[in-house]
Amino acid sequence: MEIDLSQFHAVFFEESFEGLDVMEQELLNLEEDTDLENVNTIFRAAHSIKGGSATFGFNQVAEFTHVMETLLDEMREGKREITREIIDLLLKSVDCLRGMLNKLQDGDDVNNDYVELVDYFNQLLSNESSDDKQNTPNQNSEEPLSVSNKDDDNSNGGYSIKFVPENYILQTGNEPVRMFKELEGLGTLTVKADLTKVPNFVELDPELCFVSWDMQLDSQESEADIRAVFEWVDDDCLLEVKQLNNSSSNESEKTSDNAKATVSEINSEASTQTKAQTEPLVADSKKLVPIKKEKEAVKSTNKSTSSASIRVGIDKVDTLIDLVGELVITQSMLGELGENFDVSKLEQLVAGLRELESNTRELQESVMRIRMLPIGFVFNRMPRMVRDLSAQLGKNIDLIIKGEDTELDKTVMEQIGDPLTHLVRNAIDHGIESNQQRADNNKQGVGKITLDAYHQGGNIIIEIEDNGGGINPDIIYAKAVEKGLIEEGVEIPEEQIIGLIMEPGFSTAEVVSDVSGRGVGLDVVKRNINNLGGSVDISSVVGRGTKFTIRLPLTLAILDGQLIRCANEIYVIPLASIVESIPLAGIKLTKIAGNMPVYKNGNEYIPIVDLRDEFDIKTEKQSTNEGLIAIVEGENRKIAIKIDELLGQQQVVIKSLESHYKCIQGVSGATILGDGRVSLILDIVGLSRRSADRATAVREKVA
Amino acid sequence: MTRILAVDDSASMRQMVTFTLKSAGFEVVDAEDGVKALAIAKNSKFDVVVTDVNMPNMDGITLCSELRKLPNFKFTPILMLTTESSADKKQAGRAAGATGWIVKPFNPEQLLATVKKVVG
Repeated sequence: MEIDLSQFHAVFFEESFEGLDVMEQELLNLEEDTDLENVNTIFRAAHSIKGGSATFGFNQVAEFTHVMETLLDEMREGKREITREIIDLLLKSVDCLRGMLNKLQDGDDVNNDYVELVDYFNQLLSNESSDDKQNTPNQNSEEPLSVSNKDDDNSNGGYSIKFVPENYILQTGNEPVRMFKELEGLGTLTVKADLTKVPNFVELDPELCFVSWDMQLDSQESEADIRAVFEWVDDDCLLEVKQLNNSSSNESEKTSDNAKATVSEINSEASTQTKAQTEPLVADSKKLVPIKKEKEAVKSTNKSTSSASIRVGIDKVDTLIDLVGELVITQSMLGELGENFDVSKLEQLVAGLRELESNTRELQESVMRIRMLPIGFVFNRMPRMVRDLSAQLGKNIDLIIKGEDTELDKTVMEQIGDPLTHLVRNAIDHGIESNQQRADNNKQGVGKITLDAYHQGGNIIIEIEDNGGGINPDIIYAKAVEKGLIEEGVEIPEEQIIGLIMEPGFSTAEVVSDVSGRGVGLDVVKRNINNLGGSVDISSVVGRGTKFTIRLPLTLAILDGQLIRCANEIYVIPLASIVESIPLAGIKLTKIAGNMPVYKNGNEYIPIVDLRDEFDIKTEKQSTNEGLIAIVEGENRKIAIKIDELLGQQQVVIKSLESHYKCIQGVSGATILGDGRVSLILDIVGLSRRSADRATAVREKVA
Repeated sequence: MTRILAVDDSASMRQMVTFTLKSAGFEVVDAEDGVKALAIAKNSKFDVVVTDVNMPNMDGITLCSELRKLPNFKFTPILMLTTESSADKKQAGRAAGATGWIVKPFNPEQLLATVKKVVG
């Protein structure tokens, strides 16, 4: 039977990456607390990767994890002290393994970087190692069941075997009859049972074995092969295997019996020795073939396995199945109702439809929940980074993680990882002062970075807080003036000044450091978060610290929408962006800068966007005081959208316009309404830009 | 039909063992650690147990000695999947009542050959 092992590769990679994450985390824990259970967990993870990689033919990974495991084994047995140096080495190895596995997963070759680390491990191990170490690699690569050497030892005429098992033999699950069957497979077997030890019936314990056996086996196999049959019961029996010397026909030129015996003894000895020496070689050459095969297999299956998988708790799936069950019941109930419907059953119908609505909503929520993962997946990357960077910068920093079980959509999570990493780096590099500075300012305690996440309404809030030097708005203001972002003398509220550090082209660090001076600035962080439909706020107190608050939608697939009508078109405005709506009848619109209509609300002028103009809706002009304006906000900019009517609010499923049609500024997607019509979802930021561009164009034309 | 209980904390190994044994016509129930395996074993009967050694919650050696305490598993062949070829691990397994072992890495053919040694 041929079983294609490549079908298990995807699972192997997935669990290995998880194992590496666990190792990394536990290694970091180990620095604080050398708990033996931590070492055990690390050991198990390394051990699993080793077992899997060897089985699935990733021999370099197996080789590497083997030395790691040896070291870890010494650690867990208390033979080796757990030092910072060793933790560093193991962390480095985790990185290296991750790289190797990534390459293998992509079907690429592993480069030989790891060899250096393996050498280092071996050096470390050989320092105080016992001599059994040299043997272990060979033993490991040894084929598990003996390879039969049919070509040597063909001078045997047969064997006489005496097998006296301990009486508890059956309780180890070993059954002598099965061993005899196996022996029969090696040659012609004659078995004679010795019943002398069997007690009389009254005293007989049926669970014990009192029988022993004498056997004659006519076989060409080596003695080692015969003994291999009894390998598992080695210590639980008395076993004698004697070679019978009746094979003179093969040894034609030997004269004396004595000489013959010696020669055959030497022969058999020599053969066992050569066997021992050649076995690893055999195993090696065998290993070479699978590597190639696996590599091709990886390459070929790569495309099919590249679709990411998601691990879902069984309870979530069960809920889903329950809900589908309920849905089916409601559907059949409605179906029956529809078969012979009359008005008297209207009430039932309404109730049924209500039931259906609640079923669908619950179903939708549960399906969404499947995509939800705890943010701990992202937070868990941080401890390692904080450790490495703070060491590199010579700062003492504690990382506190809270709310790691807070769930959010997998897609959002994948995209929030980098911005979050960036903000934490930033906090380590610029937020927390150097030890010297902290001492100079009489600050108590070490630097502290706190990560927190929690749900608020339909959003997830992520906070990154440090107790560092804070952001000085005066410096930011001066810098912004210097960079031409604002004009000198303009008064801006403090929080807006601080917000400037996330504008493009702004970098306050005097020296671009190795840690966070990499061309990618906070502006990219902000843009990425905005692209996810989220926002960032910064609050800071000089000398006390800074807090970044990220607000993200829980999911990108569903939106709470406000339906609006403009002429005969229905649009969706994201509910969260709506500030207020005001009937046009009661207010006065002004025009500034030529023809630009604005709504004056206290001190602010809010540009009016007319969807009829923006999207060129062909209809008779409405009179100016019909309908209403909806004031909406995106990226701290407000616009007032002129609409004819506010319709209902509902959750809409977002369909990409880009993949079905093309990207249109001012529209973030489309959805299908209850009556089957397609409705466009307005993108507030895009719309305000689009309208501003158009206004400029109009102005230029006038000028 | 021959029923086998396969225990391994590594999902890929578990899948490989389960798939291989099922392909050979065995009925297989799997478990991801000793605790879960023991819970399954208490309510069921198996002809063979194949278990990994290093597992969280309950390792294979403890599982083995726990299984031997159950009347249904007094004589059931228990095979250990082990990368440790060292004598003391084998000794520990044997002391706990293991029948035999399969040294990792093994391929599906070797697994089947070994399992077939102890069935029927």
